[in-house]
Amino acid sequence: MARYLGIDVGSTTVKVCVLDEAGAVLYSSYVRHYSRVRECVLAELEKVSSFGSAFHACITGSAGLGIAQRGKIPFVQEVQAAYGAIRRLYPDTDVAVELGGEDAKIIFVTGGTEQRMNGSCAGGTGAFIDQMATLLDITVEEMDALALQAERVYPIASRCGVFAKSDIQPLLNQGASKADISASIFQAVVDQTVSGLAQGRRIKGKVLFLGGPLYFLKGLRRAFQKTLALDDEHAVFPETAPCFMSIGAAIYAAQEREELLEELRARLAVVPDGENITVGEPLFADRAEYDAFIARHMRSDLRFADIHTYSGDAYLGIDSGSTTTKLMLITPDCRILYSHYQSNNGQPLDIVADRLREIYSLIGGRIVIRGACVTGYGEDMMRAALKVDFGVVETMAHFKAALHFNPDVDFIIDIGGQDIKCFKVKNRAIDSIMLNEACSSGCGSFIQTFAKAMGMEIEEFSRLGLFAKHPVELGSRCTVFMNSSVKQAQKEGASVEDISAGLSSSIVKNAIYKVIRARTPDELGQHIVVQGGTFLNDAVLRSFEKETGKEVVRPAIAGLMGAFGAALYAMENTPEEKLISSLVTEPELRAFSYASRSVTCKGCTSKCNVNILTFADGRRFISGNKCERGAGLPVSKNLPDLYQFKYEKLYSLPRENVPGARATVGLPVQLVMFEQLPFWTRFFETCGFQVALSDRSSRELYFLGQHTVASDTACYPAKLMHGHIESLLNRGVDFIFYPCESYNLDEYDSVNHYNCPVVAYYSELLKANNERLTEDNFVMPYIDPNDEATTVRALHRALKKYKLSSSLIRRAYRAGLEALEEYHAEVVARGRKILADAGREGRQVIVLAGRPYHADPEINHGIGKLLNSLGIAVLSEDAVFGEGEQVKVSVLNQWTYHARLYRAAEFVSRCKNVNLVQLVSFGCGIDAITTDEVRSILESRGKLYTQIKIDEINNLGVVRIRLRSLLAAIEEQGRKA
Amino acid sequence: MKRELQQPTADFTRPYPVFTPEMRATHTILIPDMLPWHFDLLVHVMRRAGYKVEVLHNEGREVIDEGLKHVHNDTCFPALCVIGQYLNALKSGKYDPEHTAVLITQSGGGCRASNYIPLIRKAMAAEFPKVPVLSLNFSGLEKGNSLQLSLGDFVKLAYAIFYGDLVMTCFNQTKPYEKEEGSAARVRVQCVEKLKRALDDGNYKKFRKCVAYVLDAFSSVAVTGEEKIKVGIVGEIYVKYSPLGNSHLEDFLLSEGCEPVVPALMDFILYCVINNVNDAKLYHKGRKTAWIFAIVYKWLYGKQKKLIALMKKQGRYEPLHDFEHLRRCADKVINQGVKMGEGWLIPAEMAALTETGTQNIVCAQPFGCLPNHIAGKGAVRALKQLYENVNVVAVDYDPSATRVNQENRIKLMLATARENRLNEQAKKTDRT
Repeated sequence: MARYLGIDVGSTTVKVCVLDEAGAVLYSSYVRHYSRVRECVLAELEKVSSFGSAFHACITGSAGLGIAQRGKIPFVQEVQAAYGAIRRLYPDTDVAVELGGEDAKIIFVTGGTEQRMNGSCAGGTGAFIDQMATLLDITVEEMDALALQAERVYPIASRCGVFAKSDIQPLLNQGASKADISASIFQAVVDQTVSGLAQGRRIKGKVLFLGGPLYFLKGLRRAFQKTLALDDEHAVFPETAPCFMSIGAAIYAAQEREELLEELRARLAVVPDGENITVGEPLFADRAEYDAFIARHMRSDLRFADIHTYSGDAYLGIDSGSTTTKLMLITPDCRILYSHYQSNNGQPLDIVADRLREIYSLIGGRIVIRGACVTGYGEDMMRAALKVDFGVVETMAHFKAALHFNPDVDFIIDIGGQDIKCFKVKNRAIDSIMLNEACSSGCGSFIQTFAKAMGMEIEEFSRLGLFAKHPVELGSRCTVFMNSSVKQAQKEGASVEDISAGLSSSIVKNAIYKVIRARTPDELGQHIVVQGGTFLNDAVLRSFEKETGKEVVRPAIAGLMGAFGAALYAMENTPEEKLISSLVTEPELRAFSYASRSVTCKGCTSKCNVNILTFADGRRFISGNKCERGAGLPVSKNLPDLYQFKYEKLYSLPRENVPGARATVGLPVQLVMFEQLPFWTRFFETCGFQVALSDRSSRELYFLGQHTVASDTACYPAKLMHGHIESLLNRGVDFIFYPCESYNLDEYDSVNHYNCPVVAYYSELLKANNERLTEDNFVMPYIDPNDEATTVRALHRALKKYKLSSSLIRRAYRAGLEALEEYHAEVVARGRKILADAGREGRQVIVLAGRPYHADPEINHGIGKLLNSLGIAVLSEDAVFGEGEQVKVSVLNQWTYHARLYRAAEFVSRCKNVNLVQLVSFGCGIDAITTDEVRSILESRGKLYTQIKIDEINNLGVVRIRLRSLLAAIEEQGRKA
Repeated sequence: MKRELQQPTADFTRPYPVFTPEMRATHTILIPDMLPWHFDLLVHVMRRAGYKVEVLHNEGREVIDEGLKHVHNDTCFPALCVIGQYLNALKSGKYDPEHTAVLITQSGGGCRASNYIPLIRKAMAAEFPKVPVLSLNFSGLEKGNSLQLSLGDFVKLAYAIFYGDLVMTCFNQTKPYEKEEGSAARVRVQCVEKLKRALDDGNYKKFRKCVAYVLDAFSSVAVTGEEKIKVGIVGEIYVKYSPLGNSHLEDFLLSEGCEPVVPALMDFILYCVINNVNDAKLYHKGRKTAWIFAIVYKWLYGKQKKLIALMKKQGRYEPLHDFEHLRRCADKVINQGVKMGEGWLIPAEMAALTETGTQNIVCAQPFGCLPNHIAGKGAVRALKQLYENVNVVAVDYDPSATRVNQENRIKLMLATARENRLNEQAKKTDRT
């Protein structure tokens, strides 16, 4: 009797199964390999020996390729393996979805066979779920159980684990329930699969769900079933799901020759290690070098004072970070009375309250807390809940702390759990701030998650790296990529030590070259202070020193610098006459409790998810809102926001009713149509059409068109376009009009006047990927709006059906241009007024410089409102670029929208009280060029540059920190000047 | 129409070294690696024109690391590879930074690739501030800092590209089947040397003779009669061709027992030329100069047709794509107005490959490549509707994307290819 052996070596697990000739499963197993791939496979093979001594064997799986090749064992690609098994076991399947550790796959069986895997940028997989569970500090099983009790689902960015994390963290900090978050995470995975993998094809019919996560997680199953609207008959969850691929491999093994199990094992046991990995130098040459290093860093420390005996004044600093909470109590001469560092585990408020209780019990009557200050993500909540005197933006807090350790400091880098923050310091004021973004976010928590995945504590894991002989090179882009680099390194036989050291150096390189964008280490500065919990890891610190070639200062309280800085801030800002802090008192604290509740704010169209904390004394704290309205506060004096003005203006353009209209034309309000709306509305109305605009952008609208998105890594405005098209189709307009424009209008300030490729040709992609669009209902002429003759000709052809005369079209074209000019003039006039008013009131103005379509609130996520709430007037780049001089830049200046940025920057650089914040869509390749240029224009004239990357993430927490840091820095600069 | 710039102008440009005419004699010009055999011929022409040119062949992690240091995360991978290669070479000590320049092509299109020059200048300013950056373009950009070639030189370059395409095509169709390992590569060297001599002594214009030489030389290689799966490579121009950019994709396909089918470089040139003609037609843009492009197109296309005819007549090799056929293929999928980056050429090549028996295709693109959203991934669905069996995998290339990931996806495409072949064979036997 022949036996067929299938081995599936995935990124996190090994699955083995044995089939008999009839295809019955005799044995199957599913174990985590903790990166010890070969050992694990060998151990598993020992277990199958009871089924015979000879097998037909075949390996599959992403991590199996290497050992199959070198062990000379047949290999089958895993999707192919699954496909084989589907045809054998579930021949009536229409679609199969398989989620593995780090890959997601989809197989369309009927209606044109197609097999797909996720692209390189997609984290919604098993490892992603693990990572999220770690973040919530629960097991995956607990997460699953919680998800079933969820009451609501929050939108969480599904594209990548790093993004999702930045959506989840604030939810946690606001006290959203873990049950709801768990369900939201599963929903994010589903959305990722539907948009990222199906790409325009609908998942329907009988659907087979495969892979470990879909087998073990009921919450995930439910989310899939609900989203795809599948009843129990059409959603199939086979018992064999976890080891399905290995069964597929076993089926393929039937074609291979039979071999003795002993031989297979012997060959695997001596699989040579690969040579395909690059290794770096060890961190330390020897023990002596290490000891000297440790001794040097011991010198940067604070003194302690005994909280049990000290009597006198003290100041409290609280750093309520995204993943950790830190507290520090100091004496007026900066001795530490008390400090605390703890992971949040999602309950920062409880932690701080507990610690305060402890502090009160320790200080007795001897110590008086004169002032307290809080910084970090949880600042607002802490201030409200615990009546903390001051709040300070975390960049400021860190800067204050660093100054204490080195008054000459000219560069500070802080690597925390979630963030990398870097400041350049000039004249004892922050000169520029750099924060990490999604694609460069390899930070501390990554090492932590990774250590856990290896089954280790972080301390142990990073210690292993210190004396690694051959640290591996793991790349430096983002954690998702690092994950697969690690996978490759493991495949090639790298040791845990080498990987640990490699991770440390990756994080450092990422910070230096990607976040700071330093070309040479000398750019950083001469006096560098490093801080943040991640730098307590000696391997990271050492990597940093090696990479920069400089000896840096790492205070022993590196992880507590935010809290220390906050305490210093409290000390500096507490007035002489104030003798005691307004902090909750000991008796108040005893009675302190709160309840948390989440609701959707109905204050405006933003529909923010807000969280309401109700305290025992009846006070309330509301978070998650974008404007004051949600917070239950009176709306601040109507500050001008040109972004909002533009958006409302555009939607008010079309006439309600065009009598005797020839037909209704639908205009999707996004990309090139956004700014050209005045043009096309007037054009079509002049031609006698009724104009209908697509629905206003929202997350729901995006989901409406998500299934037709072809390229996952395109920018969010482009992806939103699919929803706009769907909304017009649903409205039943006669046709949708969206032209292809290689060239935008020439504004005579650049070498050429292109649109970006995505804006220019998105119609092609829409037409190719939306089955509802036809030649008839989707009109997309190629035009250059600068040229009347060809534009009229092209429109005449495109609208042939309506038998318009060329002269009418010509008239309408001219009318359209006039309308566009009127619109621009109105925007410019508004802008001038805002500037003049602000000048009179001495108010700060920020020019949000991006693309015209960034005015869509679903794309900018209400940054304008946020700035208003900080007391700032908001302008847009198109209102001011005309006031800027012509500019000559070093890069090729050839895009209409982008040329405006340079001129707007030129204008801003000459204005007092006006600053520029550049909005950049995630994935915008052209802005990779413009950002450096805009920065250099501003900085060459002594202005601060701030960039905000926006994507589908609906979380302004980071943006808020950025903007507040900018304001704090502007203020400091003003004071110095 | 162009309004005069009367407003005051603020100059934010950074100074950079200029390539002076004297440098022609003193400076070595480095060019990045892309198509080794084409470039061998092209460099030969440039050397004859009086430039000391050298193609770089350095690769490895150090090259990528240099690139990473100097190129923004979101900028495309080709820029990173090219800049990495320059810097790594300059740091190797092999070249005197006082007497070295670097050269890059510039298309002037709406894709950010037109901005490679400023990016390279920025990198050079940080490390080798005296190294001038030269442009090779046909759009009148970078006047005074571009390669000065005579019309005759350009004609020679065109021939060099045709010959390069011919050698590449014959080699790709021979190598997978050679009986004796290395025999195809030997013939390739022999052909390139012969062609270089022809470029020297003016015999390169004897098109028929040169082509026949190459065809005959490759035909002399002993081959097995087996049938292999053909895999087409399309995509962004650099990662499509450059082994450094695409992690040696052709070698990988060979090792998987496939025949790589790589479309001709001349198609890309013709694509760039015809886009100027199209622009004039569509938008009356550049109407005054469009006739020049039309003449250039006519001449090049005529040569290409002749080459194809010669290949057909000889009969041994699947000829290059006929460019007019490519244009008709494009029309089925996408408008020829999509002209940024590789634009409509990508779906056109995919369609043409499918129609000439190569249904399995790797669409190679740099991670986050903007034109490729539309013309690469975005066009696959439309292609599928036209050609049921087309089997495309889009592969992202990026400094941090691992080979495991890329190869696993290509393997999936190959598995489907093998399956499709079995099905077709089964159908054939059914019929007989």
